[in-house]
Amino acid sequence: MTLLHWAILSPFLFAILIPFLYKAFRNVHTGWFVLLLPVALFTYFFQFISITKNGDTVKETLEWMPSFGIDFIAYIDGLGLLFALLITGIGSLVVLYSIYYLDKKKEQLHNFYVYLMMFMGAMLGVVLSDNLIVLYMFWEFTSISSFLLIGYWYHRERSRYGAQKSMLITVFGGLSMLGGFLLLYLMGGTFSIRELVGQADQLMTQALFLPALLLVLLGAFTKSAQFPFHIWLPDAMEAPTPVSAYLHSATMVKAGIYLVARLSPVFAESSVWLWLVGGIGIFTLFWGSFNAVKQTDLKGILAFSTVSQLGLIMSLLGVGAAALHYTELDENIYMVATLAAVFHLINHATFKGSLFMVVGIIDHETGTRDIRKLGGLMNFMPITFTIAIIGAFSMAGLPPFNGFLSKEMFFTGMVRVLEMDIFSLDTFGMIFPLLAWVGSVFTFIYSMILVFKTFTGKHQPEKLEKKPHEAPLGMLISPIILASLVVVFGFFPNILSERIIAPAVEAITPSLIQEGYAVETEISFWHGFTPELFMTFGVILFGILLYLLLPSWRKVYKWIPERFTLNSFYDGGMIKSERGAHNFTRGYMTGFIRTYLVYIFSFLIAISLFALWFKGAFTINTEELAPVGVYEIAIALLLVISSVTILFAKSRLTSIISLGAAGYTVSLFFVLFRAPDLALTQLVIETVSVALFLLCFYHLPQLSRHEERMRFKLGNALISIGVGVVVALFAISSYSSKMFESISKYYIENTHDKAGGENMVNVILVDFRGFDTMFEICVLAIAALGIFSMIKLRLTRRDEG
Amino acid sequence: MKAKVKTNDVILQTVTNVVAFIIILFSLRLFFSGHYTPGGGFIGGLMTSGAIVLLLLAYDIKTVATILPVDYKIVTAIGLFFSVATGAGALLFDVPFLTHAYDYFHLPLLGKTSLHTAVLFDTGVYLVVIGVTMTIIQTIGVSE
Repeated sequence: MTLLHWAILSPFLFAILIPFLYKAFRNVHTGWFVLLLPVALFTYFFQFISITKNGDTVKETLEWMPSFGIDFIAYIDGLGLLFALLITGIGSLVVLYSIYYLDKKKEQLHNFYVYLMMFMGAMLGVVLSDNLIVLYMFWEFTSISSFLLIGYWYHRERSRYGAQKSMLITVFGGLSMLGGFLLLYLMGGTFSIRELVGQADQLMTQALFLPALLLVLLGAFTKSAQFPFHIWLPDAMEAPTPVSAYLHSATMVKAGIYLVARLSPVFAESSVWLWLVGGIGIFTLFWGSFNAVKQTDLKGILAFSTVSQLGLIMSLLGVGAAALHYTELDENIYMVATLAAVFHLINHATFKGSLFMVVGIIDHETGTRDIRKLGGLMNFMPITFTIAIIGAFSMAGLPPFNGFLSKEMFFTGMVRVLEMDIFSLDTFGMIFPLLAWVGSVFTFIYSMILVFKTFTGKHQPEKLEKKPHEAPLGMLISPIILASLVVVFGFFPNILSERIIAPAVEAITPSLIQEGYAVETEISFWHGFTPELFMTFGVILFGILLYLLLPSWRKVYKWIPERFTLNSFYDGGMIKSERGAHNFTRGYMTGFIRTYLVYIFSFLIAISLFALWFKGAFTINTEELAPVGVYEIAIALLLVISSVTILFAKSRLTSIISLGAAGYTVSLFFVLFRAPDLALTQLVIETVSVALFLLCFYHLPQLSRHEERMRFKLGNALISIGVGVVVALFAISSYSSKMFESISKYYIENTHDKAGGENMVNVILVDFRGFDTMFEICVLAIAALGIFSMIKLRLTRRDEG
Repeated sequence: MKAKVKTNDVILQTVTNVVAFIIILFSLRLFFSGHYTPGGGFIGGLMTSGAIVLLLLAYDIKTVATILPVDYKIVTAIGLFFSVATGAGALLFDVPFLTHAYDYFHLPLLGKTSLHTAVLFDTGVYLVVIGVTMTIIQTIGVSE
């Protein structure tokens, strides 16, 4: 355990303390204690910048299950550090914000902070683990803790629905990701990401490569809310706003992005990767922004905007993979996409975090988040308005904020797709810049809606529950810090580029760095009259136009009927699968023993016949057969007659008597085949069991005592004939193919000398194999006690009487 | 198995008085000779209980309970104890569980006789079988 391991696990350990702190200091908001930890962690991780800046990494191994190759390897490089800083930094701000957002008297704070700390630790574990299984473990921790956080107000039906939905979708992805990891392990023989990256070339050629890629991507897409798995994110907005700000904008949804970026060195050479990550990303960008415009709930807008922005980052990571195929270029112009992805990741965390907090403030101070009820809040909440406008303009990609820079780089990356000539990108590549541009127009529109529908226009005091006023200072601190970061990163992007962005890009594309490509880190506002600039002009122009004409084209959204939305597919699928499972179970679990017996015997027939046929096991060998005598034939005939009588007898009494006859005939067989002990026992036991049968017969209830013949059913007849035939076939085959000598010789030779007896059967029973006998008498004893208690213990009758 | 009221079973009862002893003797013979001829604890136990069942048929349950004041569940338990203890006894002599030993002895009256620990084991079987059969038959007989 090094300090780094303690740091990663510290949120979990701290979470144990939280309930005690909550109980002990009721007058102090628990959040104040919690706040210390993320701040400390942030400062701790901040020091690592000086290490990663030079391209160095930190690796600490803690043995956990070494025999399985599972060790807790903490690994810090540019990418991991970037995420760790985001998690702890925004974590601190969110905790600070939550102190003012959540009421210490009304809310169950200890639950909230325990879940939040669990989540923070899990996220740190995800981004700082080098071992795939450990990563998976932390990954599922994030799913579980976010489930708990979304369902924090568990008395609300919508919260429970959202929590369940997100749980189902992310755990589905998580499990398929585990499958992908195991496939990677099968191919590479190691769980360590570092070592897998080293074998990337060799992994490419293996048959399991593609399944592994698809499974891992499924995990990443579900977590990062990519199309069509984005549907859980809007429903997760039922969580308290600090949770939405933290999980659903800055951290958890970026776990998928992290995974894609982290495994890029392993998978990115493949064309499937480029097309899937890039294509689904760009479509998610468009779909998210398109749907965000129709939302009327502020958090709904932000949720779809998050989906769309995640799609943006994802598409950049996908397109960035193209850089690996152009290693002959002197200056690799395709690396800009990866750079833009990392840069936008930071920017999105800042502006989206602040926007969520702003929405939380509005909700807190007015009592609603519905934009149809809001309006004209500018005069009441000037500071909130300023923050909102900074965040929204940055999101829309307007200068001078950081969103503008990353959007320009995004356009650059997308436009350069046009120049690619691999993987049929030269023909279908057009969709990248096109969808990017259309998506950006919609992004612009919803950003404007977010700000102007809330803060300008007419104030409608009659629709609001509270009289709006400016939020308390404490609640404003966090969004102010984030908004100032937006501005600072906008004006001075290069303070980030060398220290944080460049190491992260190096971690995503290690093979290029080895070949001597320097990361082009200079981010500047002005690069001349490039196509990107005109695209931005177009976005602004069309955006304003469409925003102003919004009421006239809103109908577009009604074109897709409610029935065909992804949500109703999900809901319908859930209901259908539940009903289907129910019907299936009800269909075959009839509750009748005869049905189950039909299943059992049918399977017996099917499997036995299959085995006989598949193994070619059926043989007949008549060499060792003994001659058949008259007595045997006579007794066998008797047996057949009594058995047939059992089946076709009209009265039960006849059946019982025939059964007895069959039993006595069997004992005759024993006599004939020289088994006196068996014959004696069989005679007595048959007598006893016939007596018991008669007893049962005598006590049958009068009402249902019909004397009627067993009804004929074709299915039953077929099955019983089948079982008989199969068993006979098996008996014949096994008799015909004796492989070994019998071991009975030993008993014959040693019964007298070693065991001091003459009756071999009895000597085997009590001496050679006395252990079996011991437990057989136990069986008898249990049966007797069972009958005794069944008859004597009549609890229900006592209740009735 | 309950004696019917106002019937006179004098022949049955008299025959039973004689035959029961013969059956018991036969069952003991089966039991003791099990190691050398057909028989043994199982069939011996069944025969003994057959004799008791005959008593039950000729008389009623109460009468038989006074003749043989035995709780057959305890008989079962003692039988199990015999079997297990015989097996466990082998452990005392540092041999595997259920190892039997025998030897020949000169006993008064009987002369040269072999004594075998397997007989103890078989006694367990014998008692369990009697206990089990009688428990079942009595329980079912008494219930309404």
